[in-house]
Amino acid sequence: MSAPNSSYDPVEVTSLRSDEIERMRDEALAAVAAATTLDDLKQVRIDHVGDRSPIALANREIGALQPQARKEAGQRVGQARGVVSKALAARTAELEAAEEETALVAEAVDVTLPWDVSPVGARHPVTTLSEHIADVFVAMGWEIAEGPEVEAEWLNFDALNLGPDHPARTMQDTFWVTPERAATVLRTHTSPVQARTMLTRTPPIYVACPGRVFRTDELDATHSPVFHQVEGLAIDEGLSMAHLKGTLDHFARAIYGDGMTTRFRPSYFPFTEPSAEMDLLCYVCHNEPDAVASCRTCKGEGWVEWGGCGVVNPRVLVACGVDPERYSGFAFGIGIDRTITSRYDIADLRDLFDGDIRFTEPFGVEL
Amino acid sequence: MRVPVSWLAEYVDLPEGLSTEALAARLTAFDLKLEEIVSSGISGPLVVGRVLSLVKEEQKNGKTINWCRVDVGAHNDDSVPDAPGDDVPSRGIICGAHNFVEGDLVVVSLPGTVLPALGFEISARKTYGHVSDGMICSGAELGVPGDASGIIVLEPGAAEPGDDAIALLGLGEQVLDLEVNPDRAYALSLRGVARDAGIALGVPFHDPADVEAVTVATPGPGAYPVDVQDPAACPVFAAVTVSGLDATAPTPAWLARRVELAGMRSISLAVDVTNYVMLELGLPIHGYDRSLLQGTLVVRRATEGEQLTTLDGTTRTLTSEDAVVADDRGPVGLGGVMGGEQVEMTPATTDIVVEAAVWTASMIARTARTQRLTSEAAKRNERGVDPTLPARAVRRVADLLVEHGGATLEEGLTLLGEPPVPADITLDVGLPARITGVDVDTVTVVEALEANGCAVEVDHDRLTVTPPPWRPDLTDPYDVVEDVLRVVGYDRVPSIIPVAPAGRGLTVAQKLRRRAGTVLAGEGLVEVKTFPFAGPADFDRMGLPADDVRRRQVLLENPLSAEDPGMTTTLLSGLLRSLVLNIGRGHSDVLLTETGRVFLPREGGAEAPIYGVDRRPTEDELDALTSALPDQPHHVGLVMSGERVRSGWAGPGRAVSWADAVAIVRHLAASMHVDVTVEAAEHAPWHPGRCAAIVLRGEVIGHAGELHPRVLKAYGLPPRVVAAEVDLDALIEASPAIGPRPAFSSYPVAKEDLALVVDASQPAGPLADVLAAASPLIESARLFDVYAGEQVPEGKKSLAFSLRLRAPDRTLTDDDIKGAREAAVTAARTASDATLRT
Repeated sequence: MSAPNSSYDPVEVTSLRSDEIERMRDEALAAVAAATTLDDLKQVRIDHVGDRSPIALANREIGALQPQARKEAGQRVGQARGVVSKALAARTAELEAAEEETALVAEAVDVTLPWDVSPVGARHPVTTLSEHIADVFVAMGWEIAEGPEVEAEWLNFDALNLGPDHPARTMQDTFWVTPERAATVLRTHTSPVQARTMLTRTPPIYVACPGRVFRTDELDATHSPVFHQVEGLAIDEGLSMAHLKGTLDHFARAIYGDGMTTRFRPSYFPFTEPSAEMDLLCYVCHNEPDAVASCRTCKGEGWVEWGGCGVVNPRVLVACGVDPERYSGFAFGIGIDRTITSRYDIADLRDLFDGDIRFTEPFGVEL
Repeated sequence: MRVPVSWLAEYVDLPEGLSTEALAARLTAFDLKLEEIVSSGISGPLVVGRVLSLVKEEQKNGKTINWCRVDVGAHNDDSVPDAPGDDVPSRGIICGAHNFVEGDLVVVSLPGTVLPALGFEISARKTYGHVSDGMICSGAELGVPGDASGIIVLEPGAAEPGDDAIALLGLGEQVLDLEVNPDRAYALSLRGVARDAGIALGVPFHDPADVEAVTVATPGPGAYPVDVQDPAACPVFAAVTVSGLDATAPTPAWLARRVELAGMRSISLAVDVTNYVMLELGLPIHGYDRSLLQGTLVVRRATEGEQLTTLDGTTRTLTSEDAVVADDRGPVGLGGVMGGEQVEMTPATTDIVVEAAVWTASMIARTARTQRLTSEAAKRNERGVDPTLPARAVRRVADLLVEHGGATLEEGLTLLGEPPVPADITLDVGLPARITGVDVDTVTVVEALEANGCAVEVDHDRLTVTPPPWRPDLTDPYDVVEDVLRVVGYDRVPSIIPVAPAGRGLTVAQKLRRRAGTVLAGEGLVEVKTFPFAGPADFDRMGLPADDVRRRQVLLENPLSAEDPGMTTTLLSGLLRSLVLNIGRGHSDVLLTETGRVFLPREGGAEAPIYGVDRRPTEDELDALTSALPDQPHHVGLVMSGERVRSGWAGPGRAVSWADAVAIVRHLAASMHVDVTVEAAEHAPWHPGRCAAIVLRGEVIGHAGELHPRVLKAYGLPPRVVAAEVDLDALIEASPAIGPRPAFSSYPVAKEDLALVVDASQPAGPLADVLAAASPLIESARLFDVYAGEQVPEGKKSLAFSLRLRAPDRTLTDDDIKGAREAAVTAARTASDATLRT
């Protein structure tokens, strides 16, 4: 190492000669190029641009030069350092890419392996269809009403024009709560919810009432003592059967798609007068002339039974505190379970209620 | 109601060429809904034959067969070579039955005949060494009621060989099976159906009751003494007497056939005739054997506890609401429902008192219900009959007995009471259009009502309608509207969507119940819908203590099975049954949930009041109704068995744990922004050491954890099944309208770990809350390790928490961190006697 230049005499420092700097640079570049791993490169960086590398050491000698020579020497060292650093960076990127590539190849997996460790939940179609139906009516501005399942006899029957001796009472085979004088039943339909709604609200009333109901039918492939209905009730000024028909046609389209319609057949329900059975255009053959004859769903009828409906009997309005001179209304009801068994071609109603997970799972979280 | 079409055609001029299907469609559109068209299904050459010769041949199999020559008139085929007596035109037929002899008239199905009872077409075939060129038919093969096992042998002279037996036996008859709604009482008769068919088809109707009505009683020996003591129960009573009936006279074949086609059994001439006239006119008729009656027939209410053995052989205990017909000895008939056995017509009866009466419909309905007796008579009387008919109906019965049974109609008629006069109905002439939405004018309305038999008066815009006597259902203006509409046509109602006022959408509870369903499905649970019935056997299996409140059920008077006498008090009863089913069907990982009501009786068991229906009940009355009902809260239940994380190629899975059940309930609560806490509890059916009470604002609202091993054994379930049940209504109730406000700091976090030594029995859960609350700088405290062993003293355990510290307004200093840590340690010491682990 040379002594500091204190005499201002021209001093020549060997390590700062341009050919010497070029040599250091070229050696460094060769080492960079020769490195094959990032670890090699790390050592190259220490050896050739580190604090104790020839170039760094040469740089320290600049002070020994005459002031006029220092600038040129500094540039020369700086350029060499720059070239080497650039090469190092480039080589680092190259090697990093190569190592990543290798690692990624090594980490490759069989993505077709099944990942079925988490159980998949599902909701019962009775629930999801009820919600779907509720949404259809809520979208029309209706509201969803509910009521108890163990219900007062008066609300389940009397208020609905089913007096104590009405023949229709025996048609609805009723579960009676003990003791008989409790005058309490398992509701045989969701109609008491309609009565409760009329008793607690003032018209206009537009409500749908989905819910669980009970009749003393033994469980078999087509009957169940526990089943589900949705009923609708509208009470307003000037309502007629035409509004009932319009509502049901819309309901049918919302559930079964465009082009659906309903048809009325006369019938009898104590709480409605006039009363009608409603048939739904067969959702399989659409009563098309070339398809209807062989249709298994409607058995060649072109229509399938869907539910009952009618104009609310003024006697019901009176018992529920609605002025029949001012208001009229309509009501309808359909079976939710039946809608499911027919839509999904389920032969045995019991499948809905015995709880086998294979029944519910295909329905997922929404219908 | 079964209506033979040929019988119907006697009273209504059915259009030429009208198919049975088209007729049924018109009736269906007219509120007489077709259930099905019943027909024998027999077709082909079914003819009458005379057995000319009969040779018995014993077979190797021990059976004896008859090798017959049968004369089938125009259908004879004399080309069969091996026939005995082939000099006479006939057919050779093999028959295995023996209840007929040479010379008998039989029914022969010739090749080509289809008998649905056999399921194949008859053909000539070689059997027992002969060609059998047809078959001699039994009642069973033809579907003819009566003695079905043997060959049908016709009355001598009933027909000629070769005659069409399908027509002779009425086997070509088509029968409409119609569903008759409770308001259409009149349609439980040929008369009523024929009248509606006439209106529906626009063709003339001939009323079978259109004979001159006798409206006053006439004296004579046939006017049996009757005393109607309770005219409210029996407004009209008519009777005549026939005597000298030939008890052996058979029912004419056509009449028996009609009665049977209509679905009743042919029994004897006298019984068949009363049934025939009931079917024809819709008015039930009863015949008493006069020789068995003693004294005046009295119509009265039964005395409480009075007994009567009815025709069905049942001895019934009557109440003072039931009406009876009694003679000197006591009741001889349950009025309007069923006659008594004591005075029943027998095969030896020759003198008959024929009764036709009008009974109060509601009384009949009540008697039929309390006696659980649904007779053909009750079915008609409880719906309401034509009260003008009794005198005509008894006369019609008498005439038929005279004509076919050689009886004599005795002079005199008993006729008591007056038929009630139907009340007029007045209505606005525009009502039918307003209610139906169909644009019908006054003329249409009046014509429609007159077609239905009503008398109509129009006074400006008011209609006064007088219903005909056979329509007791027509009482209200809206009833009139329906009758107009069925004539105008239900298919003419237009379709208009009503515009409801702006609605409020789903209620909060409805939304949250949906959310609960989605959260539970997200946890991997499968929703089931079980029946809410349960019983002591369920509660025993669940190990509920004898005084457990869940053993107090809402019981049913008429449960479907003795196993399930009432409504369930816990969703676990149904869920566990479903779990058993699933495991029985080979599923190993089963995660079930159900949301539904449970039923909790009120103390004292209130009685729900019954109010009138002529006005709205008052608020107090409504409250009384609702407060009489049991509590019916919505619960959420779940049961899980097997693996929560399934084993597979990636390694072992993880079995369901008590902690999963607790976590799911916590997630459910959190989804509603409800804070619940968890406490150790001992509560059946859970494992006493693995049961968490779910606590909301100090109230236990449910439980979660692992089920008791004894419970699992009782159900035959595998070990380690976990379950939870929680009061969903309580969660919904507690759910805030607005959830928590997001508030967080952007300053850096500091993390501190803290190991605390506590008693081994110390619950870890609450300690995290204590730590989190120890300093405002502590953002959260999370338990990450529980250790008990050599490193800590006996009877102790170490709980390791990681604390996250952060200030809302600055970067924490070392002193801040130290202070917060010390605060946490102090709080833990105070709350749980915890010491810092060293």
